[in-house]
Amino acid sequence: MKILEKEVLVDSQGVRIVKITIRSPDIAAKAKAGQFVVLMVKEEGERIPLTVVKADAAKGTIVLIAQEAGLTTKLLGKAVPGDSLYSLVGPLGHPTEIKKYGKVILVGGGVGIAEILPVARAMKNAGNHVTVIIGSRAKELLILERDLKESSDEFIVMTDDGSYGRKGFVTEALKELLEKSKYDLVYAVGPIPMMRAVSMVTKASGVLTLVSLNAVMVDGTGMCGCCRVTVGKEVKFSCVDGPEFDASQVDWQELLSRNNIYSEKEKHICRLHGAG
Amino acid sequence: MKKEPVKVREKSSAVRAKSFEEVVEGFSEAEALQEASRCIQCKDPKCTTGCPVGIDIRTFIRQVTEKDYDGAYFTIRQKNNFPSICGRVCPAEYQCRKACVFTKKAAPYASREAIGIHFIERFVGDHGARKGLQVKADGEGKHAQKKVAVVGSGPAGLCCAGELSRRGIKVVVFEGLHKTGGVLRYGIPPFRLPRNVLDFEIDSLKKLGVEIRTNTVIGKVKTIDELFAEGFSAIFLGLGAGIPSFLGIPGENLCNIYSANEFLTRVNLMSAHEFPKSHTPINIGKHIVVIGGGNTAMDAARIAIRLQHMNGITPDTTVLYRRTEVEMPARRLEIEHAKEEGVKFELLVKPEEFVGDDKKFVRNLRASRCELGEPDSSGRRKPTVIPGSSFEIDCDQAVIAIGLGANKILTGVTPQLTTDKYGDVVVDGKTMETSIKGVFAGGDIVGGEGTVIEAMGMAKKAAAAIIDYLDKAKK
Ligand SMILES: Cc1cc2nc3c(=O)[nH]c(=O)nc-3n(C[C@H](O)[C@H](O)[C@H](O)COP(=O)(O)OP(=O)(O)OC[C@H]3O[C@@H](n4cnc5c(N)ncnc54)[C@H](O)[C@@H]3O)c2cc1C
Ligand SMILES: Cc1cc2nc3c(=O)[nH]c(=O)nc-3n(C[C@H](O)[C@H](O)[C@H](O)COP(=O)(O)OP(=O)(O)OC[C@H]3O[C@@H](n4cnc5c(N)ncnc54)[C@H](O)[C@@H]3O)c2cc1C
Ligand code: SF4
Ligand code: FES
Repeated sequence: MKILEKEVLVDSQGVRIVKITIRSPDIAAKAKAGQFVVLMVKEEGERIPLTVVKADAAKGTIVLIAQEAGLTTKLLGKAVPGDSLYSLVGPLGHPTEIKKYGKVILVGGGVGIAEILPVARAMKNAGNHVTVIIGSRAKELLILERDLKESSDEFIVMTDDGSYGRKGFVTEALKELLEKSKYDLVYAVGPIPMMRAVSMVTKASGVLTLVSLNAVMVDGTGMCGCCRVTVGKEVKFSCVDGPEFDASQVDWQELLSRNNIYSEKEKHICRLHGAG
Repeated sequence: MKKEPVKVREKSSAVRAKSFEEVVEGFSEAEALQEASRCIQCKDPKCTTGCPVGIDIRTFIRQVTEKDYDGAYFTIRQKNNFPSICGRVCPAEYQCRKACVFTKKAAPYASREAIGIHFIERFVGDHGARKGLQVKADGEGKHAQKKVAVVGSGPAGLCCAGELSRRGIKVVVFEGLHKTGGVLRYGIPPFRLPRNVLDFEIDSLKKLGVEIRTNTVIGKVKTIDELFAEGFSAIFLGLGAGIPSFLGIPGENLCNIYSANEFLTRVNLMSAHEFPKSHTPINIGKHIVVIGGGNTAMDAARIAIRLQHMNGITPDTTVLYRRTEVEMPARRLEIEHAKEEGVKFELLVKPEEFVGDDKKFVRNLRASRCELGEPDSSGRRKPTVIPGSSFEIDCDQAVIAIGLGANKILTGVTPQLTTDKYGDVVVDGKTMETSIKGVFAGGDIVGGEGTVIEAMGMAKKAAAAIIDYLDKAKK
């Protein structure tokens, strides 16, 4: 659980994203694309889920990339190499089903860009034609551009302000692609409004769309029921039934409101701990 | 001459409802002696038959009357590894005390006059812990080469680990959470089971040589096959019943509707009641409704009322249950404690729908009144809704405490492991061996939701069978 390396990927316009390499041979040996860990920075800390962006079984290390949102991710952002996390458990959740689908589009927004990287690599290795669309508010907030470019056949960058790549939302590029050609899978990770928008776009074309949901979690093993989401007509626990689900079936409004259950308390604790 | 039962000392309800300190203060030596002296030392002691692990109750009570507390401790420890825990949480009124001769036949639970066996047990257990009495290891050396893996650190896993390590067997306990104890830690609140009591028992296991690896979910980071490949000769599964059930009514996923597991875990494991000193948040409603009638519901309600007190909110916590108090599975003592602390009870009520506001936070609960009909498959009279009896309850926070099912995180990836329709692991009743050779199981993952002592009973049976298995494997 020792932090070996830390790198600040983005520190601009109020957004800070850090990349952390942690020693964890057991998790490194097992983690597959789409899986996550649950960690605690300190003993009095919260348990939060983060996607395993890279697992290097040979070196016994995993890479996590976190956007500083509240206290826990800010504490993680303050950690330095040599520090140890209080706890780290994983890999949790189902791995992404990797197989030859044919033509695959991967859409990443914000820190979700990090979460599509392992899937992009695995999809490419499985012989798929991979198109990656990544997007952010501005150029300075983009991460992992080079890695994703390497793992894709086609690569599109969108920025809200047009400061880099094309101006506009990822959904615009997605829509154009789907109108021009037939695709077999769309995989999207990002803020909930983005994933919902992707789902609206792909619904029309009927292409299977998977999203990795960021429900609030505690244990991550199916014990607490905190991460429940409605998919189709059924209640699912995202930690054990997911985190990926068919986007067309997700009750987005419910997910959005449940993710804000503690928004007041979170602002409060950040002020108290002088972390924002 | 009939002696009055000794009432156990407790913190006053006004004080305790504002803190997480232990409610039951227990017997002093004089009280323990007096209560023990009420036991008439039956020739054919029924109490022992009522005890799921068959503690020789008559003997240990006699030893207490003789002030041989060490002796009493070892008598209990012959059958029960954790007397300080069981003396606090055992539903004695359904077990030993119900069987005690002082309880009238056919009573649903023990009468007040039944000997306070569990309080005496607690006294003896705490005495043993204070003196650091250790049960001696036996059969040492015989299995020193063997390693056994125990999955889950609830009472089943801990008990099995203790039994095996006492025989000199190397035991490694794997626990998914960052702390050990299972429900004893994340479910049962510290005001019923203080953490130092739990930590003491777990530390003594470590002293026996048991190795504990937390943050390790078996089935995810390691499979059963991999454990065998790593050199474990046998495996015990004490996975518990970890999955919360929901009512399946509209509005159940509104914000501030918690499963009991989430609510209890946030507080008991993550110390959310100490937010912001601890970082895990929990919301505290003005009108909290807890649905259910078991220990879980009582624990949730008593935590809810404490959170309200501690946050300066006028206490308003209500338990809703669809039958009457007689059918409530919770311990009688805890029902009384909840009432004393100000928890309200609405009985014969069935929740129908949660109603929320525009931000999707719960605001109201619509429910119906029930009456009891004929007994159902559980043997309890079945509640049926009275038509047209629908009413509304203010509710800005709800805790659903209606039961737990089997966690499939390990069984789901181990197809060779036979489970029943509830997802519980199927075992040979004699040996607790599962469908996989060398893999044994016990506790709630086998019997469904049970009690701490039942989980330990199964674990002991399994431990004996594991030792047998290792003996045979040696040849
Ligand atoms: C399976 C899974 C994988 C994830 N992977 C990553 C990842 O690789 N990198 C990353 O940066 N984040 C990831 N997240 C989101 C991350 O867990 C949250 O951002 C984190 O819990 C916030 O913790 P905090 O204490 O810093 O912030 P908090 O104080 O908890 O929250 C700050 C703000 O973030 C919102 N928030 C809280 N929890 C979540 C959540 N789970 N998802 C979205 N918003 C939330 C709150 O509403 C609040 O407004 C993942 C979430 C899940 C469920
Ligand atoms: C709120 C509540 C109050 C209760 N009150 C009482 C009471 O007063 N008296 C009483 O006698 N009984 C009570 N019970 C019931 C009692 O706690 C249980 O019967 C008992 O804890 C079962 O023990 P167990 O060891 O089988 O499982 P658990 O205590 O559930 O422990 C299982 C452990 O295994 C871990 N685990 C599960 N899967 C894995 C995996 N794949 N890898 C690694 N670790 C894993 C879990 O994290 C957990 O720590 C209560 C239960 C609850 C929920
Ligand atoms: S049944 Fe009651 S009175 Fe008789 S030995 Fe047991 S505890 Fe004592
Ligand atoms: S996080 Fe607890 S059940 Fe999913």
